[in-house]
Order: sequence, then structure tokens, then C-alpha cells
Amino acid sequence: MVVWRELLVAMRRRSDVATALLFFVIVASLFPLGIGAEPNKLRAIAPGVIWVSALLSSMLSLNRLFAADHADGTLEQMVLGAAPLGVTAAAKALAHWLVSGFPMVAIAPLLALQYDLDAGLYGVLALSLLLGTPVLSLIGGIGAALTLGVRGGGVLLALLVLPLYVPVLVMGAGAVEMASAGLGGQGQLLILGAMLIVAAAFAPWATAAALRISSE
Amino acid sequence: MKWFWYASPQTFYPLAGQFARWCGLAAVVLTLAGLYIGLFLAPTDAQQGEAYRIIFIHVPAAWMSMFIYVVMAFWAGLGFAFNTRLSGMMAAALAPTGALFTFIALWTGALWGRPTWGTYWVWGDARLMSELILLFLYFGFMALHASIEDPRRADRAAALLALVGVVNIPIIYYSVKWWNTLHQGASVSLTAAPKMAATMLTGMLVMALAFWMYSIAAAMLRVRGIIRERGA
Repeated sequence: MVVWRELLVAMRRRSDVATALLFFVIVASLFPLGIGAEPNKLRAIAPGVIWVSALLSSMLSLNRLFAADHADGTLEQMVLGAAPLGVTAAAKALAHWLVSGFPMVAIAPLLALQYDLDAGLYGVLALSLLLGTPVLSLIGGIGAALTLGVRGGGVLLALLVLPLYVPVLVMGAGAVEMASAGLGGQGQLLILGAMLIVAAAFAPWATAAALRISSE
Repeated sequence: MKWFWYASPQTFYPLAGQFARWCGLAAVVLTLAGLYIGLFLAPTDAQQGEAYRIIFIHVPAAWMSMFIYVVMAFWAGLGFAFNTRLSGMMAAALAPTGALFTFIALWTGALWGRPTWGTYWVWGDARLMSELILLFLYFGFMALHASIEDPRRADRAAALLALVGVVNIPIIYYSVKWWNTLHQGASVSLTAAPKMAATMLTGMLVMALAFWMYSIAAAMLRVRGIIRERGA
């Protein structure tokens, strides 16, 4: 229900979705301009660059997660309503991922192509993003709920959420790097999967607690 | 022992003053003693020469930086469980001291790394990175607390963040750890016999105790300030 509603709202504001995706592409395209066009170097940094861009793009779209509902009072109804708030929070995170994370997973191979990444690594890259970006949405939900209605919320959100994103970044970019070294990235991918399970179990809970604090 | 007696800020206020006075005094004495042991009594290290002596500050500071975060999370959890006003105040009072020790640990580590490793900073060392991220977590805690007007709401929001952070620290640590690490293994552990001269260990433990006392004194002074500020 909530997922469907969120998707509907997102589709009504298609430009927001496109902006986040465009941001992802632009950040990833800026790195070669700053670093130089040497193909070997670019190939080496590609996984890290794509992952950092995904992190930033996912983080930027976080304030939309609750802000509109907070402003028009919908959120208050959700907090007071009969549906468990944790489930609502999980649904919100899922919707956020479907709108921001999934398009990045889909477009990442294109960026990998630009960076001339080995074709065999596309699968690992996409899989690592597929497992990792939902964790970003889940953890980000906590930060978004905590900074709701706080002055300077956007920058503060970055300060809160980015340190917590570090394990996902390390494992996600690590999986691709390991695979490119011929060692197989299964270990990292499995850890990413474990992070996803743990985050899915606990983050909605923490988000719900944060929402209660913010809307009291 | 009436634990909840001191849960009220009014009754805690004078006690905090006592703590601040005596722990502050102990901190000064112990720091002087620890520095004397560390700088004059402890033998010169066979491999690292005199440069190693910075560990008398570095290691206790690193210990404190992590320990204070755990204590902060403990107060945060307590605040959630019992909804006591003082818990949030304590957490807020501890954060700047924790951030200070994290910064000292990083700074002295850089100064030590230059002559020993030949570089101020290494990316990819698990402890270095987790310490840096710990600093960010402290900053995040303080920034969130400072940006919410209502102090009770600030306490609760920051408490939640501290709890999320304390769950994350081990994950962060282990996620960075699989990178090949340059940092030497821990010299002091509870399970193995210490691999260093007894005077070095004494000096380090005395300094650690001194930092404990300082932390308590600083947190108590700060909590008194917070109690007054909120007019409780």
C-alpha cells in the first residue's frame, strides 16, 4: 500500500527521480576530468568512483523520503495510524530504493562501459549495487527521520549518514576490485547480503523510533 | 543504594561538583606521574628509539575515544529505557570529550607515524579509518544535538544516533580490516601477556587512569553547565 502510494507520488514528480539519476551520472563523469584520461588509471578507480557516486546520489534523494509527508501532516497520521510504523518505514525505504537505487543499478553498466571496465565485471558491479543500494536506503531512512524539520537538515543529514555508509562502500567497491583481480568477489557480496538482511531487520525499527521523536 | 535518587538533575548537581573537583585533582596528579614515568623512567625502545614515547598519550587517548562512545551509548540507551532527563545530559556532556580524545589519538598517531612508518597518514588501515569515522560520528552526534531547539527532543534524537553508531562501529572496523594493514598489532591485550617492559606498561596505565579522571571531571563540569542552562 505505502509502497504503491510512494511510487505513484514519485511518478507524478518524475523530474525528481531523473535528477537523482542524472546526478549519479554527472558525478561519475567528473572524475576523469579531474584525474586525467589515462585508461588504466580509470579502469582501476572505476568501481570506487561508481560506488561513491551511488552513495552521494542516494544520500541526496533522502530528504524527499519524509519531508513532503512531514510538511502536509500525512506523516503524523502514519505515526498515529493503526499500521505498525516500522512496516511503514520499511515500505518507505523500499520505495526510495525502487526510485533511486534501482535505476542506478540499471545504469551502472553504462558507466562501467565508459570507464572501460572489463565486461566480465559488469555482473559483479550490478550485483554489488543491487545488494548494497537497498542498505543505503534503509540506513538513510534513519538519518532522514532524525533530521526531519531540523534547521540545516541537508548538510546535517550528510554528516550523519555518510560515516554509516562506509562499510557498504568498502564491501561494494571491494567486491568489484576483488573480481577484477581474479579472486572472485563472492566474499564481499555475501557480506553485503548479510548487511542487507541485518539492515532490513533493524533499520526500519530505528527509523520508526526516530519518526516518533521527530513528530512529537 | 538509591540509584534513582541521583537521576534527578537537582540532586545530581552537587554530586557532579564533588566528582569534578576530586577527579580533576586526580587527573592532574596522575598526568604528572604518568608523564614522569613515560618520559624519564621508561627505557628507550630498541627499534623505535625515543619516538615511541608518544604512545603514553596516543594509546590511552585511543582507548578513551572508543570507551567514551560506548559510555555515551550506554547513557543513551538508559535514557530510552527510563526516560530520565539526566541520561541525555550525560551523553551530551561526554561527546565533546570523546571527540577531543579521538582527535588527540589521530593527531599523535600521525606524529608517531612520520618517523616510524615514514608517513603521517595511511589510507586503508582498519584502526586509523575507524578512528577517523568515530570522529565523524562524534561530530554528527554533536551537530544533531546542537541543531534541534527543544533539548528533550535533541537528547532523544542524538541518543538514537549514538545507539545506531555503536552498532555500526564494529561493522565499520571489520569492513576496513580486510585491507592489508600497516598498523602494528595491539601491544596490550587482556588475553596475552604484555610484550613490553613493565615500566612502559605502568606509564601507559597511569596515563590511561589520568585520562579517565580527566574525562569524568570534564563531563561533570559540562553536565553542571547543561543543568544550569536548562534551568532544571
